[in-house]
Amino acid sequence: MKNKLILSVLLVNLLAACGSNPPKAVVADAKPAPVVSAPAVAAPVTSAVNQPSVDQSPVQAAEAKAIAAEAVAARVEADPNASAAAKANAKADADADVRAAVEAQALAKHSVFFPFDVDAVQPADLNTIQAHAQNLASNPNLKVRVEGNADERGSSEYNLALGQRRANNTKKALVLGGARSDQIEAISYGEEKPLATGHDEASWAQNRRADIDYTK
Amino acid sequence: MHRLLLLCVLCFAWPAQAELNIEITGAGEHQTPVSVARFAGDVPDAQGISSVVTNDLLRTGLFKLIDPAGKAPHEPGEVKYVEWPGVEALLMGSIKKLDGGNVSVKFSLLDMVRHTELESQVLIAQSDQVRAIAHRISDMVYERLTGSAGVFSTRIAYVSRDKGRFRLVVADSDGYGEQSLLASNEPIMSPAWSPDGKQLAYVSFEQRRAMIFVQTLTSRQRTLLASFPGSNSSPAWSPDGKQIALVLTHEGNSQIYLMNSDGSNLHSIISGEEIDTEPNFSPDGKSILFTSDRGGSAQIYRVPVNGGSAERLTFEGNSNFSPRFSPDGKSFVFSHYDGGKFYIATQDFESMQMQILTSGGWEKKPSFAPNGKLILFGSESQGRGILATVSSDGKVKQKMVAQFGDIREPIWGPFLKQ
Repeated sequence: MKNKLILSVLLVNLLAACGSNPPKAVVADAKPAPVVSAPAVAAPVTSAVNQPSVDQSPVQAAEAKAIAAEAVAARVEADPNASAAAKANAKADADADVRAAVEAQALAKHSVFFPFDVDAVQPADLNTIQAHAQNLASNPNLKVRVEGNADERGSSEYNLALGQRRANNTKKALVLGGARSDQIEAISYGEEKPLATGHDEASWAQNRRADIDYTK
Repeated sequence: MHRLLLLCVLCFAWPAQAELNIEITGAGEHQTPVSVARFAGDVPDAQGISSVVTNDLLRTGLFKLIDPAGKAPHEPGEVKYVEWPGVEALLMGSIKKLDGGNVSVKFSLLDMVRHTELESQVLIAQSDQVRAIAHRISDMVYERLTGSAGVFSTRIAYVSRDKGRFRLVVADSDGYGEQSLLASNEPIMSPAWSPDGKQLAYVSFEQRRAMIFVQTLTSRQRTLLASFPGSNSSPAWSPDGKQIALVLTHEGNSQIYLMNSDGSNLHSIISGEEIDTEPNFSPDGKSILFTSDRGGSAQIYRVPVNGGSAERLTFEGNSNFSPRFSPDGKSFVFSHYDGGKFYIATQDFESMQMQILTSGGWEKKPSFAPNGKLILFGSESQGRGILATVSSDGKVKQKMVAQFGDIREPIWGPFLKQ
């Protein structure tokens, strides 16, 4: 599967911190100008940490566990009596632990964020998109609403249109990541439901977002 | 000349009056000195006819209101012209209660320079329609003294937010006489008057996304006009009321469509890979203004309704939004965003020169009064949305601050045919 491949690539980067293959871009955008390409960063998880309200602990725990498992794997490898299967198992366990934690963390995030007057999904949010895409792919009965929002700089109608574009692009990214189109409804609230009401960049940044909502 | 008029004002039950703090700045170049003598039988508070008319005239910035200083003639025959130096026009009258809950209001307007009677009428209406009578009198005074139709009897619509509750409100043009057409826990946007002033089209999120409804004011009956997947928004009536332009996203990006006002014959008129929104018909119905980001930023464009290429009209500032034609079709008003502030600006089609009318702030969604003399827009005061007006020459500004609520999306209604 394409999405699993991408996640494995991310994990290789994470664990080895020297991946030669940068993760592929999962987002295509209708607009020609702001093309999204995933950056060739070594540790995508850290870039995700920059987002508001992220709980970092599960990943840290998994990382610690992975390091321990790696150590076990190393010992197993050093032991000439250990079987190849045992080596593989130890490595696989470590991978699975980290993968689960990364997924849990990314799944716990339900919002992706946008720069001013931009509607393309940003590289920093690719983990979140990927986790939800995979969650939808492996749970075909799940449905979500993607709600696009905008900051207040613009008219209410322009912002409704901008929020709709953000929702549509988020939906496209989820579909590219493996979700079915009919699992996702893309709608917009424009500037009508701000999370923060100040006339300042700190508030606006929170309001320029698309929410992935499983509860509606 | 005495004319007997029976006022047929739309029959609303007016709720208790919300207090408005109205602040006026600036003045017209030539202020006509006018005096309003207290009407016989009038109530002595702000809701009395004399007070409502005085405030109506004051808010235009075109009149200087001279205190009658205790003089209270009720009929032209009681006026001693020498007692009114410097006053060019004098309004007087009397209110009489009739059987059956009606009132009769007789009034006269005198030309104090030529010592002639400009107007004399008797208006009869239900006793709870006194404000409507006062606005009719103001309209007549305004028309006699300026030559332009008055807009005091017209109404406005807007959205009020208070503690997470949204209301679609219709009120007198002075902000009084609020009446809720719809209350909802979900957002309401973009009210648009039908040309006859009998219906409002608007966007409501009550079904968890933007859909367009049309509601009749008197019966409160409403219909769902557009509920395609995605957003349904920005309704705008054609001048003959037969068609509605609207914005849909069911085919991807926001595009402008046209449909009959009964919802039939939907077809796309402006499409592309960009945001196209906020359509507004020219008074002759032949062209449409709209907002688009096709040039990289949100700007205002004009396109013929029957097809043709779009012409970009605005180039100044960071971006421009929410265009609306003036009633004579010679200019348009819009919200101009520059350097972090929104301004109300106009631009005429001949010179294409932009004129900024306000000092800037959070100023959005302007619309002309039907006589073209005033522009209503949404502004902000102490963190709350308020109603504001500016004269179309930018000289007279007015803020209307309600005691509570956050007011947005105002739009001035049309002249009402009597």
